[in-house]
Amino acid sequence: MTPLVRLAAHSAWNRRASLVLAVGAMALSVMLLLAVERLREEARNGFEQSVSGADLIVGARGSPLQLLLYSVFRLGDASQDMSWASVEKLSGHPAVAWVIPLSLGDSHRGYPVLATTQAYFAHFRTGEQRPLVFRQGRPFRVVFETVLGAEVADALRYRPGDRIALAHGSGESGLAEHTDKPFTVVGILARTGTPVDRTVHISLAAMEAIHLDWQGGAPVPGFAIPAEWVQKFDLRPKTVTAAIVGLKSRAAVFGVQHWVNQNRDEALMAVLPGVALAQLWEMLAQVERVLFVVSALVVAVGLAGLVAVVLASLDQRRRELAILRAVGARPRDILALLMLEGAGLVLAGALSGLALLTALVMLAGPLLEARYGLALAATLPGERELFLLGGAIIAGFAASLIPAWRAYRASLADGLTPKI
Amino acid sequence: MAAPLIFARALRYDWDATPCLDLPAFELAAGEQVFLHGPSGSGKSTLLNLLAGVLVPQGGELRVLDADFRKLRGAVRDRFRADHIGLIFQQFNLIPYLPVRDNVLLPCRFSRRRATRAGRPEEAAAQLLAQLDLDPALWARPAAALSVGQQQRVAAARALIGRPELVIADEPTSALDAARQAAFLDLLRRECAASGAALLFVSHDPRLAAHFDRALAMHALNRIRPDQGRQAA
Repeated sequence: MTPLVRLAAHSAWNRRASLVLAVGAMALSVMLLLAVERLREEARNGFEQSVSGADLIVGARGSPLQLLLYSVFRLGDASQDMSWASVEKLSGHPAVAWVIPLSLGDSHRGYPVLATTQAYFAHFRTGEQRPLVFRQGRPFRVVFETVLGAEVADALRYRPGDRIALAHGSGESGLAEHTDKPFTVVGILARTGTPVDRTVHISLAAMEAIHLDWQGGAPVPGFAIPAEWVQKFDLRPKTVTAAIVGLKSRAAVFGVQHWVNQNRDEALMAVLPGVALAQLWEMLAQVERVLFVVSALVVAVGLAGLVAVVLASLDQRRRELAILRAVGARPRDILALLMLEGAGLVLAGALSGLALLTALVMLAGPLLEARYGLALAATLPGERELFLLGGAIIAGFAASLIPAWRAYRASLADGLTPKI
Repeated sequence: MAAPLIFARALRYDWDATPCLDLPAFELAAGEQVFLHGPSGSGKSTLLNLLAGVLVPQGGELRVLDADFRKLRGAVRDRFRADHIGLIFQQFNLIPYLPVRDNVLLPCRFSRRRATRAGRPEEAAAQLLAQLDLDPALWARPAAALSVGQQQRVAAARALIGRPELVIADEPTSALDAARQAAFLDLLRRECAASGAALLFVSHDPRLAAHFDRALAMHALNRIRPDQGRQAA
């Protein structure tokens, strides 16, 4: 270790109480900056990984963004359904390869219930065209069978063979339950890191079956159809919430979109998932910018605190610096000493911030994933995080030049006799 | 005849246009031990800063070890000070948080010449501390943990390590009682003599003059009277 580094380390250790507080403040501010960036990145990744291979999403005419949010991300509710006839018509279009109808609205202990067909397990893709894989069991075959997403099964500790009751509507409590028509868990999907993990899957027929004796969102008083009788009824859905469509050729996408949008039987719209996502990012960009500016300002405040602590200690240290000058330190050695100290503190603050973020992600990650489906992993910082970290460190180095320069000037002016 | 270690003629320095030092002549021979006394404001600190190469004379001639301080660049003067001059102050002599041994070794960290002349600096520091009668149990302790008298002995060891040609002591005994004052003075003079260093000992207390080869009064050297010049100087 060079003499200057040893001196800087000794000096910093001597003032450790105030410096630890200043470094702590900087660490917290850097953690906030990186946390905002990681949340933004993970949220984007999460959304982009949630659906792939789908060419169009079709639903009742309204907001394309809203359609994407509720059909893929289970966020919000559909204001209107689309008819089953339209789904069949869509399936019959010569350019359409497959259609996954989706019916939403019910829930199980806070997790959304999605009614769909076998096409879902065959065609739905997440991430880089990854098909759905069964961790345990198989797809549903008969009416009262259900397939759970990995998060639902893990959080509620369900296994194949368990029986569960669905609730009418979405939410976690106060909902009427379809207790007379319980479902048997027959399959559990492997984790995907997408809303699929938080979904309870049933068949469209099952969705019809549990609502046979319901009207207007409540059971019909004095009228109950036992589970074993439901097969006697027509369980074909009358409406669904939306449909995900795969085409035989991507070249047909605009043609089919136009065909859906111009449909005269029902007011429908077809949206391209990528375009709707781009709309979402555009909408969120302003919020992201504000969050970034706020967290950057917090880093600036942290750095200002650090510089203030070093500046405040300078007056006390003028005698120390004069002694160093007396034993041969040149003013530029004093400058280097203070710069070294500043650099060490800034590095300590930045790296502590990164360590704090990692600890926070490890502690709060499971909660965020369970509550909001945000899969945060305690991974190495990404390119943008490193860029921000580097930016904070460079800004810190620049800020530490202020006390270094003042010490340099003071050491020139004071000589061997500090004027305090 | 060998050139004096310090040679000053018509030395002048003003603080912000206020005359502070006007020294017609001053000399110090190699190995000589000189006592310089004067009240506060008589220009002692200014003279010491000039002799140490921290301030640059604004007039006259100043040579230390034949180096012309008016012509040397700042960085060269700093290097010269590190290489050839040991300094002891009245108080705040040591870096309080550094261990005693590290304080003594500081000049060797900044001057390769002093480190070379010390031979093995760690051993030289230990030898000096032992000669100055400082308990080895204290050597690894922070300087702030020592008494004032012990700190002054550490400061003396730091000034002497690497055998500089000149030791300047600025009121190093003013915080000590009379008995400790005399003991420290004898110790310092003996160690300077042993290492061959000239000693310029500055104090406001003229009673200490008896210990030295030669005594000079600042008011006899400096043409500027304290009430004419800058009080702080």
